[in-house]
Amino acid sequence: MNMASLVPLVYILASVLFAFGLKFLGSPETARRGNQLSALGMLLAVVATLAGHHIIGWQWILLGLAIGSGLGALVAVKAAMTQMPEMVALLHGCGALASVFVDWVHYEKKHSAFIFSIGGVEAFTLYVSIVLGALTFTGSLIAWAKLSERMPGRPITFPGQQWINGLILLGILVSGVLFLMNPVRIDLFYVFLALSALFGIFMVIPIGGADMPVVISVLNSYSGVVACTTGFVINNTLLIVVGALVGANGIILSIIMCKAMNRSLGNVLFGAFGAAIKKAAAGEKKEAKSLTIPDAFLILEAARSVVITPGYGLAVAQAQHAVRELDEQLEKNGAEVRYAIHPVAGRMPGHMNVLLAEANIPYDKLLEMEHINPTMENVDVCIVIGANDTVNPAALHDKTSPIYGMPIIETFKAKTVFVIKRSMAAGFAGIENELFYYDNTRMIFGDAKDVVQKLVAEFKTK
Amino acid sequence: MNEALISQLFILALSIFLGFALISRVPPLLHTPLMSEANAICGIIIVGALIAAGVEAESPFTIILGTSAVALAAFNVIGGYMVTERMLKMFKKKGS
Repeated sequence: MNMASLVPLVYILASVLFAFGLKFLGSPETARRGNQLSALGMLLAVVATLAGHHIIGWQWILLGLAIGSGLGALVAVKAAMTQMPEMVALLHGCGALASVFVDWVHYEKKHSAFIFSIGGVEAFTLYVSIVLGALTFTGSLIAWAKLSERMPGRPITFPGQQWINGLILLGILVSGVLFLMNPVRIDLFYVFLALSALFGIFMVIPIGGADMPVVISVLNSYSGVVACTTGFVINNTLLIVVGALVGANGIILSIIMCKAMNRSLGNVLFGAFGAAIKKAAAGEKKEAKSLTIPDAFLILEAARSVVITPGYGLAVAQAQHAVRELDEQLEKNGAEVRYAIHPVAGRMPGHMNVLLAEANIPYDKLLEMEHINPTMENVDVCIVIGANDTVNPAALHDKTSPIYGMPIIETFKAKTVFVIKRSMAAGFAGIENELFYYDNTRMIFGDAKDVVQKLVAEFKTK
Repeated sequence: MNEALISQLFILALSIFLGFALISRVPPLLHTPLMSEANAICGIIIVGALIAAGVEAESPFTIILGTSAVALAAFNVIGGYMVTERMLKMFKKKGS
């Protein structure tokens, strides 16, 4: 047996290692082992590919590897946990662009050959791969710019947007059909490549910040599909397998995120949610009751059971470490502290868990919505930090509310609710939050980190 | 349709099922590391990129494309695995 015939066997081994990697992510105890197995699979696949092919351009490969690995390592070490969503968006974009380039090289080589020949399936998967790859790349870049605040996070809409999107889609379709009828036409290749890249931009700019968990999941799914179709183009089974795994991952996460907002995928992607329903914020003026820090301390000191409900505001204020300190003080005082995590809290799936884990909060204290809600009546104090729509009781009973039907963390059932907030401004959806006016709710106004630190100071000086 | 394509489609169908089965078991607690892990393995495109840069590329233009593909895929792989490792290290149980 020579090296080349060993390559498929190593690819099978790599696929198995990737599958084990994902399986071990099923529990936090085995997750790290899973990640390491998966990385081993990747290393084997790379080594086998280099050994099994007659490589001419070593200098280019080494150059590419050095630049990519160096930058990757640098970014991975430097990125703060609050920046995880933008990091993930950037990685999606890079993977998709790499796929586009691989397809492109393949097509260019065929095109410059003496006799042009390309199979029907090859041409079709090439088309799909280029279209999805280009729009995933630009879409991810826009998502990255929005998440890192290089671009305004609010939905960007303009008149005629749907028409322009429709026209671009039509262009992608028509140039695709013409291309498939005559795949030698490289001009058409450039047309759908450019149009798809443009479409990716228009696809993501109308989507607002709080819908980012869905967008990131969808882009994740696309990046998998792109790897998969590239596998068909260059006839590589390993790419097909891995692409399918990643595609499934993105689909599952998108569904979970949409369910947690009680919205359809179509509505998130094409609805421009935040912009459309600003007017819904009417209603009679009620008085919210505010509370000073020393008074809040007295209530917390007497509490036996405390639940903290974090939202994106916690990440913005970088308050996770202060929260851990408060947690320690409360536990020293004999209270039980738990965290209620809404699936869409933050800017990507699971964002809050990572932030709290970073602050050394044990993961067994982080509870999912379904588990904490039934116990909420026995909770003395529920502290809402930087969350808004995910704790709005209107979602449960007000049929006119735009968020009606969305599952929420039922903080209002706790004996007392503290809401730490800068001001009375409405949440992302532009809806006033009923919770603020409940009899058992007390507002503590101020920056989340600042307020929590002051509470900690009260505990320390008592 | 040729036989190779049929067997590839066969593998595709089973892989999709495998993906759904494995990933629906991952708890929401680990959804962020799951996503960066998926990112990292999606960097498997590096295999295609190595062939593109090392074997297929002939003209200066395709060499640039191929080399960029290797760099982008390597960024994806190394960045994805390292950041996943960093995150997973932070998840600790009570008392440990």
